[in-house]
Amino acid sequence: MDIVHLLYGIPVLGWLFQVAGYLIAVIPTSAPIIMRSVPPLALGALCGVMCERSGVVNIGIEGTMLAAAFTGWVVGIAAAAVFGQGTPLLFGFTLPLAIALAAAIVVAVLVSLLHAWLSITVKADQIISGTIINIAALGVTGYLNTIIAATSPTSAGSFTTLTLPKDVTNLPFVGWIFAALFNQGPITLSVLVCVIGLQIWLFRSRWGLRTRAVGEHPKAAETVGIDVIALRYRNVVMAGVFAGLGGAYLSMEAGNSFQANMTAGRGFIALAAMILGRWTPIGAWASALLFALFLTLGQTIKFVPPTGDISVLLTGVPGQFYDALPYLVTIVVLAGVVGRSIPPAADGQPYTREAAT
Amino acid sequence: MSSPAATARVSGVRTMLARAWSSVSISVLSILLALVAGAFFIIVSQLVEPKGTLNLLRPFDAYRSLFLGAFGGVNAIVETLVQTTPLVLAGLAVAVGFRAGLFNIGASGQVTLGALGSVVVGIALADQPGYIAIPAAVLAGTAVGALYGFIPGFLKAVSGAHEVVTTIMLNSIAGSILAALVSGPLKVPNSPSPVTRDIGNAAFPILIGTDGHLGLLIALVMAFAMWWLLFRTTRGFEIRTVGSNPDAARYAGMRPKLVITWTMTLSGALAGLAGACVALGILHHMQSSFATSIGFDAIAVALLARSNPIAVLPSALLFGAMRAGSNRMQIEARIPPELINVLVGITLLFIIATPAFRVLLRRIGTRPSLVAAPTLPGTAGGTAGPPP
Repeated sequence: MDIVHLLYGIPVLGWLFQVAGYLIAVIPTSAPIIMRSVPPLALGALCGVMCERSGVVNIGIEGTMLAAAFTGWVVGIAAAAVFGQGTPLLFGFTLPLAIALAAAIVVAVLVSLLHAWLSITVKADQIISGTIINIAALGVTGYLNTIIAATSPTSAGSFTTLTLPKDVTNLPFVGWIFAALFNQGPITLSVLVCVIGLQIWLFRSRWGLRTRAVGEHPKAAETVGIDVIALRYRNVVMAGVFAGLGGAYLSMEAGNSFQANMTAGRGFIALAAMILGRWTPIGAWASALLFALFLTLGQTIKFVPPTGDISVLLTGVPGQFYDALPYLVTIVVLAGVVGRSIPPAADGQPYTREAAT
Repeated sequence: MSSPAATARVSGVRTMLARAWSSVSISVLSILLALVAGAFFIIVSQLVEPKGTLNLLRPFDAYRSLFLGAFGGVNAIVETLVQTTPLVLAGLAVAVGFRAGLFNIGASGQVTLGALGSVVVGIALADQPGYIAIPAAVLAGTAVGALYGFIPGFLKAVSGAHEVVTTIMLNSIAGSILAALVSGPLKVPNSPSPVTRDIGNAAFPILIGTDGHLGLLIALVMAFAMWWLLFRTTRGFEIRTVGSNPDAARYAGMRPKLVITWTMTLSGALAGLAGACVALGILHHMQSSFATSIGFDAIAVALLARSNPIAVLPSALLFGAMRAGSNRMQIEARIPPELINVLVGITLLFIIATPAFRVLLRRIGTRPSLVAAPTLPGTAGGTAGPPP
């Protein structure tokens, strides 16, 4: 305790130590809140990892997730109107929800296919292509949302969470970790599976090796018989599944409604998480946890008010500061303050096959 | 008999016309296709309306009232021009960035803070005569926008942080800054809603109609000024060289990092000026939220104009007309004004897919185009690629 008080006593730096100490102290209590904002970030980052490892920059993850979130909501409404709400099975799965989830993923895959076509076949600038997908998704979902929300429809509800036995979550020291990780809905749980699966796939499978080869040196990959174009298409389209899950999470697990621009920049924060995680699935997930901490800091401070000197500081700043905090952290990360990350060498460059002579 | 020089001049003019026609025809085609796609959206959206009947002529009603809302009468035309003004300036901001290979999607945040900056100075000088208050407020807005453009430019030059992601983040941060200031220190005491005081004498004088303000003139002058800067000055040549080939620029003794930083600052300044024109010309005060469609429309304006400052004028007029006409479209045809966002998005999609159209046109047997597809200055490279 003495050393802690000594550290806290240092001018200026002591404040930082106090803030860090507060954050560490509240993590067990705020872990469930933090974990609830991880899935869109982690899944978006996985989508980015899969695209960029094969050499395609996907800035359209934001728009892809938004389109998926909207589709999940709308198809859920339509399916509930046609088939009725149905009886919930495990995780609150009902027939309308299952159809809606499938539709959200299909739409995300289609949007990814559009991006793949524009950036691989048309060889459009990938950054512009992605941005335009974002703008188009924002426009189309916003317009349709205005029309559909005016009819005040009944949504298909949302997924429910798993509940571990109290004996497990009340375990000393580690109970809260189990609760935070596993007392979650199906999409949040699937994130863990996706992260581990993609990590193994990327570094331990033939497809993964080829993906990395194509992202680093497509010409060399082509000379050993890898179809660069087909592999990039496959990766970008498959990556759409992750973005689809991330979008569906927003409108089907975190809540049961859709609001215009409900992704609110999460697709971009996901890209920053991907970069901070050095283009590896596990690194991206860990970075997503960090970003989620900042994303929920405002809520956390309301939920568990800090005590001591820092309470004046943390509760004194306007609430908008906490709204802006995750975006600020994203810029800091991108600016390389936390250390330089090196993207795959062929990232963002369209590949033109040399003509056979 | 014409001299060889005259022949060369004629063929030069012909190539120029062919190039211009090629660009214009693709832009016009993109807009027409977007309108067709928009019509499809209008028809489909009838299906979800309560007691909606499928009226295949509804898109024509919508587009007719959209057109009349934009050009039917003097007031409508002035309103269109007023809506066009910030789009010209923000469109120029994006276009100048494109020329240096930079994609500034932060126009939205720069416009917001530019407006805020001009209002802050406008309030401070509200009781001063107009010839002091107006230039000071305009300069303040421009300077704040420039600073907000400098940040991503500097970060890109120093660390290679991609400007698309940083500017998007800065857009969100700008919204928070605005909300924090307007609901905090700038709030009128005892006001039920968070608004600032009025800018008084810093308001732009009205030149035509009920609200055709000074900004119209500023936007027009800036379009020509930017054309001059890009195509008739050394700085402009540097910007264009860095945009088309940073390595060649460095070899020629230019400093790409410096050019990137200053171009982004200039881009931010133009967007800030756009914000100042909205704040000083129309709003005359600030609220805790600010219309953000200008930032995205500006991208459409610049892409449609192929980053040519003069072509930005008609391009901005098109989207300005859509924004101006959308009110009437909502009242008469009961189509939500958000339809314009759909049209903007789809126009952009068709523009980006232009090379595919060319291939398609060639396949169905049209004679091959005289000039190569106009490519946008490349912004290729990873999201955190090494600085150029």
